[in-house]
Order: sequence, then C-alpha cells, then structure tokens
Amino acid sequence: MKQPLIAPIVEAVRSGKTTAVAQVTEAIARAEKAKDFNAIISMTTDRALERARMIDERVARGETTGRLLGVPFIAKDNFLTFGGETTAASTMLKGFMAPYQSTAIERLEAEGAICIGKANLDAFAHGGSTENSDFGPTLNPHDKSRVPGGSSGGSAASVALSIVPFALGTDTGGSIRLPASYCGVVGFKPTYGRVSRFGVVAMASSTDTIGPLATTVADAALVLECMAGLDARDSTSLPKPLETVAITNAPKALRIGVIKECMGEGIDPMTRQVVEAKIADFKAAGHSVETVSIPSTELALAVYYVVVPAEISSNLARFDGIRFGYSAKDAESLQETYEKSRSAGFNTENKRRIMIGNYVLSSGYYDAYYKRAQTVRTIIMKEYTAAFAKYDVLLSPVAPTAAFALGAKADPLAMYMVDVMTVGPSLAGLPAISVPLEVGKELPVGLQIIGAAGHDALVLQVAAHAEAA
Amino acid sequence: MAKISIEDVKKVAKLSGLTLSDAECETYREQFAEILAYIDRLAGVDTNGVEPTYQVTGLVNVMRDDTVIDYGVDQKALLSNAPDALAAQLKVKRVLG
Repeated sequence: MKQPLIAPIVEAVRSGKTTAVAQVTEAIARAEKAKDFNAIISMTTDRALERARMIDERVARGETTGRLLGVPFIAKDNFLTFGGETTAASTMLKGFMAPYQSTAIERLEAEGAICIGKANLDAFAHGGSTENSDFGPTLNPHDKSRVPGGSSGGSAASVALSIVPFALGTDTGGSIRLPASYCGVVGFKPTYGRVSRFGVVAMASSTDTIGPLATTVADAALVLECMAGLDARDSTSLPKPLETVAITNAPKALRIGVIKECMGEGIDPMTRQVVEAKIADFKAAGHSVETVSIPSTELALAVYYVVVPAEISSNLARFDGIRFGYSAKDAESLQETYEKSRSAGFNTENKRRIMIGNYVLSSGYYDAYYKRAQTVRTIIMKEYTAAFAKYDVLLSPVAPTAAFALGAKADPLAMYMVDVMTVGPSLAGLPAISVPLEVGKELPVGLQIIGAAGHDALVLQVAAHAEAA
Repeated sequence: MAKISIEDVKKVAKLSGLTLSDAECETYREQFAEILAYIDRLAGVDTNGVEPTYQVTGLVNVMRDDTVIDYGVDQKALLSNAPDALAAQLKVKRVLG
C-alpha cells in the first residue's frame, strides 16, 4: 500500500531532519532529470529557493506551523503565480507576468508549500491529451509514445514521475480526473465552488474547478483542506465549509451504485476487468453494490460541447491585444489589432471552441442549442439527484480506455468523446475522484468515485478505502 | 443534420474576432458539421416543463460590503504586461477613421 508523502516531509522539515532548501533543490534536480517528458513549461527556481530559505529561517527560530511546511509542488500553468511567466500553455500569454497570485496558491503558500514550477497543459485547458499545448505535448510517464491525458497532463505527469508530492490542476470536464487516470495518480475534482478560482485563467465558468493531483488520497485530501473555503474574490465560492473526516477510518456500510451506461459497449476489456475487480472488493467488504442507470450519460457530452464552448467564447473575448497578452505589431487599426492578435495568439483548438461557442450563442441558434443544452443539463442533474437518494456514491471508469497513442485522436470529435464519463459530474457540479486501480504491468486505469454535491469528504474517504483494499 | 456553409464559418469567425484562410474555413466547416451533428441529438430530448440550469451553486445575489479591498496590485505591474503604454495609460490604434 502506498504511504502518504506530504506529512513525513512536513514532519522532517519541522524537526530539522531536512530543510525546505534541500526539499526544493532535490525536486528541481528531479524535474531536470525528467525533462524529456515535457511535463513542465517553466521553473520558478529563484523564488522557490528564496521562499525555502525563508521557511528554514523561520523553523530555526522555532516557528514550525504550516500544514505543508517546506513541501514543493508544481502548479498547472493556468494558475497566476509570482516568480515567472503564466502562459496557460498558449502563445497568447507567452511573457505574461502575473501581477497577483491565485487564491489557491496564496493559501498553499500560507501553509508553507513552495511552488517550484508550472506544468504543461492543453492551451487554455482546451483538450484531453495535452497535445494542444503551444509548448509541445507532455509524454506519458508509463509509455513515452502515449499521451498523459489532459488538460492537466503536466501536473499528473509531474506527480507520476515523483518530481513533487503533489501538483495543482483544474477540471472543467475531466481535466484532473482523466490525466490522473492515464498517469496512475490520484486526482480530485471537488464540488463546484469548493475552491476559489480567483487568479486562475477562466475557461468555462459554470463548471471550472480547482483540485489536487497526488500519489495518495490522504495527500490529495490534505492539499484540498488547505485550499478550500469561501473567498470574497470569487462570488461562486461556497460559504459552507468543507467537512473533514478521518479518511483512514473505513467508511460505514455504503450503498454503492455502478453507472450502467459507463460499463456497456465501447469499454476496453482491460478497463472493465480492473473496475469490476474493484467493485468485487467493495462487495466483499460488506458494502451494498447495485447497478444504477443515468440515462443521459451520453447526452451529457452533447450538452457539455455546447455549454462549455459558449462560456469559452465569452471568457476568451478579453484577449484583444490591448491590455495584456499577444498583440500584433503590424495592425493598422483597432479592429485589426483585435483580429490579428487573436488569430495569431490562439491555436486551432482554441479557435474551434470560440467559434462553436459564438455559433450556439448567436441569434437564431441560441434557443436550439444553448438554451436547449442548459435545459437538458437540468434533466441530467435530476438523474443524479435521484441516484443519490438511493446511493451514497456512484462508480464508473474515468475513461473508456487507458492512455491512447500520441496523434491517435486527430479528429476533434473523437478527442471530445474521451470525456464521456467525466462531463456529467462537471455539469452537475459534483465531487469526483480518479483513483488508480491495480493493473500489474498494464497501463494505468482510474476508478471514478462520484459523490453528491458537498459530499467531498465522503468521496475522499471511499477513495482512501478503494486505494487500500 | 446541421448544414454549415463557408459563409456561416466566415460569419462566426468575424463574430469571434478571428481571420481565417480559405483552407482553414473549409476544415472548420467540415468539423463544425460533424460536431453540430453530434450535438443535434439534444433536439430529440423531451424538455417540456423543464427549466434551464445556468449555474449549480444555488447562490443568489451574492453581496459584499461596499468597501474598498486592497488587492495589493499596483498600476505599474498591471501596465507592464500591456503591449503599448504611455503616461500610465494604454495606447491603442486609432478608433475613429
């Protein structure tokens, strides 16, 4: 069984057995060694070492508080951070120096954590493989010919490569869970609103969430606890505090629902086999396991690819070559500044999503696409609500298959289909986690555990149990 | 099945503040037709009496005190990311012809 990594580091820094500087220096060396995987866009070495020295001085003075004291981490490059550029892996933001930091980063720093670098992603988090990065794709740590999943592919790979004990990701339709599944790490997408998104490059505001990727559930839970909570700077952040549970305690007898639509045709036999083996473990441990239907599972993907592009088109309208970001030097008029800057700064997938979004929002199509999608969204949410009246948690694979080969999904719709099992919980705002399953020498496969809105703690507890069993 | 013409693509590109080559227009036309055909399955769903959901928090009219919050961000840091600035102001191309 995997042991938590963070608590022992904090303990060692606190007691003087190691120093924050040593932790950071070693993590930077590991990052350098793993350079071939292209998991990291830029390092924040100078600021990281400066913060580490400051922490070591504090410890020497006897100030040893901080739940993440001296722990190095990597943030997806769509988190605004000091110490280097924040690019969202896009040409549009190359050279951008954040004038302030994300709330999530500030809260982790307040607990003594140290950001050593910025992880690769699909530009503006548009993608499921990290191949849409303007800085080149990240390679899967288990097989360099395969994708790490996306869009938080660099974050998942950084944890899988043991560069850092945890990394931050964002999840709009599966962008934490999918790479966690493909890279064999834990990835948690909390309830919508659980973690403030202030200072994170916006993608689709009605489903964007922030969460941790880590080696164990206990590590992910600790990081979440440090970040969660109301923030006056994000009016969608939830006022109700995160419940905390001793996740090491076995959960009470659970009522578990296995989503029928996620176990049918199109599931790779290997994925089905390892998920079914875990379900059998739950039964053997005395939990009640039944099959439950979420009939709109496949419709959720159609809803997602209306709602999310619509919100993207709105959120990315701010990139106009005027205040920050790429600006075309050869423009002759204001309108040309807008069009030339956006055409050169955004990549093919960014443009595709912006245009689909503007299409479904445009006059004459709004009712048929956007409003209809938001109405079907209500139906999907009702199906989950009905399921959670009968079950404590729902289970499914995270994705129909393990990691696919680089370049295998050149068709945009084929790439979108990868999200079919993760977008439903995103549209409904539910907490969901990817936990690595026992696969022997095969490629990693993640089990998705979904909870009712607000029940983050239960999802983590069940995940810790799944990890241990 | 959604029919998308080159003109539709050009119109939506204009709305999006994007300029596309003819080859790009054709590629996007094919891809949009495929994506919209997939999305068209929503048309078959019975949505009678169902209200749309635009956000999931259940929060309504989130208010705060009408006081200044110091974000600790100075003008210089903000302007340092601007492509062109002069005398603490953003400089843009001519707006009126």
